[in-house]
Amino acid sequence: MSAKIRKIVTVVEETVTEMGRPVTPPTRRAAAVAVIENPFAGRYVDDLTELFEIGEELGALLAAKAVAALGIEGSRAESYGKAAAVGENGELEHAAAILHPKLGTPVRRVLGKGAALIPSSKKRGGPGVALDIPLGHKDAAYVRSHFDGMEVRIADAPRAGEIVVAVAVTDSGRPLPRVGGLKTSEIKGEDGLR
Amino acid sequence: MPEVEIRKRLVTIEEIFHEGGPPAATPLRRGAIIAVIRNPFAGRYVEEIAGFMDDLKPLGLAMAQQLIQALGGDPKAIQGYGKGAIVGAAGELEHGALWHVPGGYAMREALGGAKAIVASAKKVGGPGTRLDVPVTHIDASYVRSHFDAMEVGVPDGPKADEIALVLVMTTGARIHARVGGLKASEIKGEDGLR
Repeated sequence: MSAKIRKIVTVVEETVTEMGRPVTPPTRRAAAVAVIENPFAGRYVDDLTELFEIGEELGALLAAKAVAALGIEGSRAESYGKAAAVGENGELEHAAAILHPKLGTPVRRVLGKGAALIPSSKKRGGPGVALDIPLGHKDAAYVRSHFDGMEVRIADAPRAGEIVVAVAVTDSGRPLPRVGGLKTSEIKGEDGLR
Repeated sequence: MPEVEIRKRLVTIEEIFHEGGPPAATPLRRGAIIAVIRNPFAGRYVEEIAGFMDDLKPLGLAMAQQLIQALGGDPKAIQGYGKGAIVGAAGELEHGALWHVPGGYAMREALGGAKAIVASAKKVGGPGTRLDVPVTHIDASYVRSHFDAMEVGVPDGPKADEIALVLVMTTGARIHARVGGLKASEIKGEDGLR
């Protein structure tokens, strides 16, 4: 069964100066967010397979939307993250079912690679709840300049029987990174960590 | 007058398929662009501020054009608009009022001469403050199907010495508009009201 989508929201955030200093090139991050019906709202269902499939569908759709919003080739994306907020008549496990089993593969297909774990967060909440989508470098989780987060919220979602699902993609790290650690120039890109 | 210093830009596009009723043949799109700029008058009372409106005109026009692009690129597809400002805590509400002229001018210019007054909202607030930007039809304020609003905000802005300037555009009526009143098809388009 495919997702019943009520709305899709894309957000692009571009930082051009920070503390009065120019950020060159500007850092840019995009989130694509879908508001879908929760097919299991209001009852306990043991088998969550349907949500696995919805996750797979949304992974492809939202990654493509986020990359398009940045106006780049998928291969130029540098970091990524995912998150979900379940409305009050659903369970946290519903968010897990969307995010974890199948959403990652199509995201990686859109981005060309993606050896690293896709960082994630989830919560239950009402309309307007803020999602802090964690961000990490897509090929090497330890790249310190790319540890980040993006806050998104949708004023009218999730309603009680809905789930908000977000995929975030960037073409850059933080605006003025200077806390050391593994650099993008040092990535081996084999184990997803370094 | 001081130069306009931008810290960041945010572009949000909502694509609305339904809200519990029949899915629309063409999804409604609502878009917002926000520029977070330094408030040149923060922290003190400045009597003469009106000259800054001229400085904001090029920014307004660039924002209007970027928003039209993000909504698909066709100015003729835009049917509703609104504007707003969030002034950081070291500024005054009057600084937000500086956006009335350049924000409105920019959208009329970019849309090829819209007639209706541009609905607006403004407030003083801190980072993460949300603003409900009112939206009305671009040529006739009384078109009831196009009365709408879009909630916007910047997770890390405005800082105390910043202003977040907002433009909003929509591509049509509320998704299940059905409360009567003046219809878009009945607009005379002379006085900006009907």
